[in-house]
Amino acid sequence: MEIDPLIFRLSIFILSIFVGYYVVWSVTPSLHTPLMSVTNAISSVIIVGAIIAGLSGNSDSIFNTSSIFGFLAIALAAINIFGGFLVTQRMLAMYKKKKKDKK
Amino acid sequence: MISANLSAIFYLVSGVLFILALRGLSSPETSRQGNLFGILGMIIAITVTFLSTGNFSTGFIFVIIFILAGGSIGAFIAYRIPMTAMPELVAGFHSLVGLAAVFVAISAFLNPEAFNLGTPGNIKLGSLIEMSIGAAVGAITFSGSVIAFLKLQGIMSGSPITFKGQHPLNAIILISIVVLIYLLCSTQSSNLFWILLAVSFLIGFLLIIPIGGADMPVVISMLNSYSGWAAAGIGFTLENTALIITGALVGSSGAILSYIMCKGMNRSFFNVILGGFGATEDTSSSSTKEQRPVKSGNADDAAFLMKNASSVIIVPGYGMAVAQAQHALREMVDTLKKNDIKVSYAIHPVAGRMPGHMNVLLAEANVPYDEVFELEEINNDFANADVAFVIGANDVTNPVAKTDPQSPIFGMPVLDVEKCKSVLFVKRSLSPGYAGIDNDLFYKENTLMLFADAKKMTEDITKNL
Repeated sequence: MEIDPLIFRLSIFILSIFVGYYVVWSVTPSLHTPLMSVTNAISSVIIVGAIIAGLSGNSDSIFNTSSIFGFLAIALAAINIFGGFLVTQRMLAMYKKKKKDKK
Repeated sequence: MISANLSAIFYLVSGVLFILALRGLSSPETSRQGNLFGILGMIIAITVTFLSTGNFSTGFIFVIIFILAGGSIGAFIAYRIPMTAMPELVAGFHSLVGLAAVFVAISAFLNPEAFNLGTPGNIKLGSLIEMSIGAAVGAITFSGSVIAFLKLQGIMSGSPITFKGQHPLNAIILISIVVLIYLLCSTQSSNLFWILLAVSFLIGFLLIIPIGGADMPVVISMLNSYSGWAAAGIGFTLENTALIITGALVGSSGAILSYIMCKGMNRSFFNVILGGFGATEDTSSSSTKEQRPVKSGNADDAAFLMKNASSVIIVPGYGMAVAQAQHALREMVDTLKKNDIKVSYAIHPVAGRMPGHMNVLLAEANVPYDEVFELEEINNDFANADVAFVIGANDVTNPVAKTDPQSPIFGMPVLDVEKCKSVLFVKRSLSPGYAGIDNDLFYKENTLMLFADAKKMTEDITKNL
């Protein structure tokens, strides 16, 4: 009997939760704010679903109810992707070590 | 057009890159590289999606237009936002992830053929379950984050909004969501789908209104977690590995952060979520409050104390963020350092309105991160320090948490500020903090209260040093 592909996805999901658990515990508390903004950005990979939805219209009518929701989702996710990664970059650039000559 | 297998492998690669992005955050040196991994993962995921649909017609151009439109808004916000507004920004971003998940679910529900999920009215059962869970969690994330955003932004009062029968009502709604999902899956009725969305929006709103402003660190982390689970739900629907991995990562990340925040307050997750904290305690504490003498001073006194100290520990809190005093504080510290005074910063896990809030503000003010310490690292040093400079923090320094079992914050880990030889407490008035309780520290022999705006006081002290 063949195994339902859902089981494979479920395995990936469960294992990723564990990976996430250990990776996030190793994040230094001082970087918890960038952690939140970067998780924000990466969870917007939901844009892949939005793109499929947006492209679902046929060539005669690009816009139907379904694809319009797709396009809106693309815009929302794009705000998050650009905003999330850039603001994380901006924050991380501020974390500096003590200058040695100042000691 | 690339094969489904090849694109699945690329999605896996981008999932791994996202793991590396989070891994990079284990230290500030590797974090910037980690962020680049994240960006790379995102570029791969988007490119592969384009290649696998193989659709480069007019629709493709519109997709690009919408990405650029959203992207430029996002980039604009990212560059303009002041660091003190980071909690609002993150809450706002969460709401967008939630809404995007809802929209994708709606789109998949209306046009399941595009996603290979069956036909309208006859969607594969598994996909429909995943889709409705993703949509419901997404909707809760959206409306909850909007409320969190409004509270943090100050548009809505930060105090808890409670009413009679609130918890039973919420419980009924949550149960009805489960029932609706069950009915939706057995009837495939689109009306039920819309009702499910409406009810989920409603519960997100109701769940967050009773939670007060200072509990926002928990709320934001929780919503962070929800946005992950919503993404994972959609990932299962779309059978997309990148989305499943990311959803799981973000979901567990948010859950861990909420756990850390709850522990920082010694409160159970349910205690925070049920809300109303700080609203009920008010009456009892104000009636028993007696007038006790406090020593108050001015910038001159503070400067004198600090000039004669050999080590100073700074305890920042949300008040510093409100007063935007981080730069003034850094200037004061620079002057102290010129006088060979050792300065370090002590950060309580729940200081501020989101995890790590204080660290970002100090980093913005060019404070080197190796001068900034977490509670466990620095708590023993207070006994050897000459001056503790508490700026905008209150409850996290309250010794009552260690001494009075009756106190609502009893058992919460606090900074042992009172062990310092002297304590300088910058605060606008004697009013109790968020927990609604008096801080014993105000009345200690060795405490000098500095009643002023945090920024102005810090500037004045610098002038007097």
